[in-house]
Amino acid sequence: MSAAAPPLGAAQARPLDTLVAFTRRNAWSIGLIAVLVGLLLFTKALQPRYGPITLQGLATSVQPLLLAAVAQAIVVISGGIDLSIGSMMALTSVVSASLMAKQSEEVGVAVVLGVLLLGIALGAVNGAVVVITRVPDIVVTLAMSFVWAGSALLVRSAPGGGAASWLKSLVVGPLANEWIPKAAVVALVVVFVVWIPLSRSRLGLSIYSIGSDRLAAFRSGVSVGPTRFAAYVMTGLFSALAGLSLTATTGIGSPVPGPYTLFSVAAVVLGGVSLAGGRGGVFGPIVAVVVLQLIQTDLTFLRVDSNLALVAQGAILIAVVMVGSLITMRRSRG
Amino acid sequence: MSAAAGAIPRSGMSAVRALFRDQPIIPLTGLLVVLVLVMELASPGIVRPSWAGVMLRTAVPLAILAGCQTLTMLTGGIDLSVGAVASMVGFVTATLIHSPGGVPQAIAVALAAAALAGLITGIAVGVFRVHPLIVTLGMSFVVLGLANVWQLQSVQTGAGVPDVLRTVGSGLQLDIVPNSLIVFVPIVAVILLVLRRTGYGRLLYAIGDNPVAARLSGARSWQVLMVLYVISALLAGVAGLVLAGLTNTASVSLADSSVLPSIAATVIGGTSILGGRGGYGGTIVGAVILTVLSALLTVVGLPEPTRQIVFGSIIVLVAAAYNRVTAET
Repeated sequence: MSAAAPPLGAAQARPLDTLVAFTRRNAWSIGLIAVLVGLLLFTKALQPRYGPITLQGLATSVQPLLLAAVAQAIVVISGGIDLSIGSMMALTSVVSASLMAKQSEEVGVAVVLGVLLLGIALGAVNGAVVVITRVPDIVVTLAMSFVWAGSALLVRSAPGGGAASWLKSLVVGPLANEWIPKAAVVALVVVFVVWIPLSRSRLGLSIYSIGSDRLAAFRSGVSVGPTRFAAYVMTGLFSALAGLSLTATTGIGSPVPGPYTLFSVAAVVLGGVSLAGGRGGVFGPIVAVVVLQLIQTDLTFLRVDSNLALVAQGAILIAVVMVGSLITMRRSRG
Repeated sequence: MSAAAGAIPRSGMSAVRALFRDQPIIPLTGLLVVLVLVMELASPGIVRPSWAGVMLRTAVPLAILAGCQTLTMLTGGIDLSVGAVASMVGFVTATLIHSPGGVPQAIAVALAAAALAGLITGIAVGVFRVHPLIVTLGMSFVVLGLANVWQLQSVQTGAGVPDVLRTVGSGLQLDIVPNSLIVFVPIVAVILLVLRRTGYGRLLYAIGDNPVAARLSGARSWQVLMVLYVISALLAGVAGLVLAGLTNTASVSLADSSVLPSIAATVIGGTSILGGRGGYGGTIVGAVILTVLSALLTVVGLPEPTRQIVFGSIIVLVAAAYNRVTAET
C-alpha cells in the first residue's frame, strides 16, 4: 500500500491495525461466535454425554429456521421485511410433501426443483405487489401471509404426505466424520452457493445500497424497483428451501405455519442485520439461530420449564438489541 | 399539498384525493355500506338490528386492539405484543377470581402486569431507541412464556371467566345494543379527545411525522413513547377482558389470532404505518369492515382457506387503492 521501506515501527503495527479494523468491522459476528463457543463448552460441561449424536440432532432441528433466517436477512438488508416467510414455508412444504408421497426417488428430484420454482414465484408475487402498489412492505407481506397460508390449507387440510428418502437422508446423520453433521453441511453449502456469488455481484451491491439509502442509490443509477423485486425473489427461494427442509426433517408437510416468521426476524436482528437495512450479512443470523437453539437445549438440561425458555429467548432478544443500540448511540456521539 | 394547489380551484379528482386523505372515514363508511348490501343480497333477511348488534359486539375487541396499533403507528411504531398481553390479562383475571379481593382485584392485578410489560417496552423503545417491532416481538415471547408458567402454577384453582366479564363482553341490551359499548364508548371518546385536543396527541403525530424535528422542538420523545406503550398495553388488556367475556374462554393464546387483523384494521382505516398520519375514527370503521367481511365470507359459504386468501387479497387491494388515491401528485 505505501512506499518502499517503511519505518520499522509502522511495519509491525500494520498487521495489527488490519486486525483491529477487521475486528471492529466484524465485532458483532466475532462476539456471536464467542458466545456460540462458550455455549457449546457450557453445554458439554452440563451434559458430559453431549456428543456427535446430539450435535447431529441439533443441526437437523435448526435447519428450517436457519434457512428461514437467511431468507429474512436478504430482504431486511434490502430495507424491507417479509412477514410471509412462515406461510411460504408451509405452502412449499405441503406442496412438496403432497407431490412426493408414494412416488419414486426420481420424481422427488423433479418435485424439489418445481418447489424451488414455486418459491421463486411466491417471492416474485410479494415483490411485484410491494414495488407496484408502493404499500409498505410490512403491510403487503402481512396480507400475503394470509394468502399463502390459505393456499397451503387448500393444498392439504391436515398434516400428511411424504418425502423422498434421499431428501430425508440429506438432513440426518454425519458426513465423513461423526462430528460433522450432514444437515449443517447441506444447509451451509446451499446458503453459500447462492449467497457468496450474489453478495459479490452487482445485484448484491445494489441490494445493500438500496437498503442503506434508497434515494442515494437511485441517484447513483441503481434501479430501485427491480432490485427490491429481486430481493423478494431471493427471499422466496430461500423460503422454499426452508419449506423443503421442513418436509425433509419431519417427513410430512403441515399446512399450519410454524412460528418461523417471528423467529426469523429475531434471528436476523440478533445476527447483526440492521432492520433499517443495508447492514449485515447471512452469516450472523445463521450463528444466531444456533445460539438461540443451544440456549433452549441448555435450559432443558438445566430442567428449566420450557415456557421460561421462551421467556429467556424474548428477554435475550430485547436485551441484546438494547445493548447494540446503546453501543451505536455511544459511537455516533463520540 | 402546496399553497398554490390550494389557491387554484380543485379538479374533481383532487377533491376526491383530499377527501380520502383528510376524511378517510367517509369513503370507508361507503365501503361498509356496500359490504352490508352484498351481505343482504347473499342472504336475504339477515341484515336486522340484532345482526348489527352481533357484528358490533364482535368488532369491539378488535377495534380496541386496533386502537393500540393506531396510537403506536402514529409515532411510526407498531405493537406486536397486544395479542400476548390481551390473552395474558384475560387468563390471569380468570385464574384470580377466587382471590380475597374478588374480581376487581383480579382485574387490577392483571392490568398491573400488562402495564409493567408496557413500561419495559416503552423504556426499550423510548430510552434505548430500539425498533418497536423487535421490542414488542420479544415482549410477546416473554409475556406468553410467563403466562404459560402461570398456567402451570394455577392449574388447580378451578377458575373461570367471571360473570361480570361475560355480561359485559357478550350481553346485548334488547337484543341489539352490545353491553361492551359501556367499555368501548369511553375508550373511543378518550382516544379521540387525546388525539385531537391535547398536546400529548399532537406530540404523537409530531414524533411520527419527523422524530428529529420533534426532538429539536423540545419534545421529550422518550417520555411520550414510554407512556404510549404503557397505554397500549393497558388498552390491550381491556380488549383481552372483553374478548374473554365474549368468547367465555380464558386461554393464553386467546387473542393471538387478532394481532394481524388489528394491524389490518388500522391500515385500512387510513393510518400510515410510517407514522404521522391517521386517526382512530377510520380504525373503528376498519375494524367493523373486517368483521362484516369475515361474516360475509362465512355466509357466502367459502371454506376457511379461501376466506383467508380473499381476506389477505382485500387488505392488499384496499391499501393499494388508498396509496393510489392519496399519493402526492
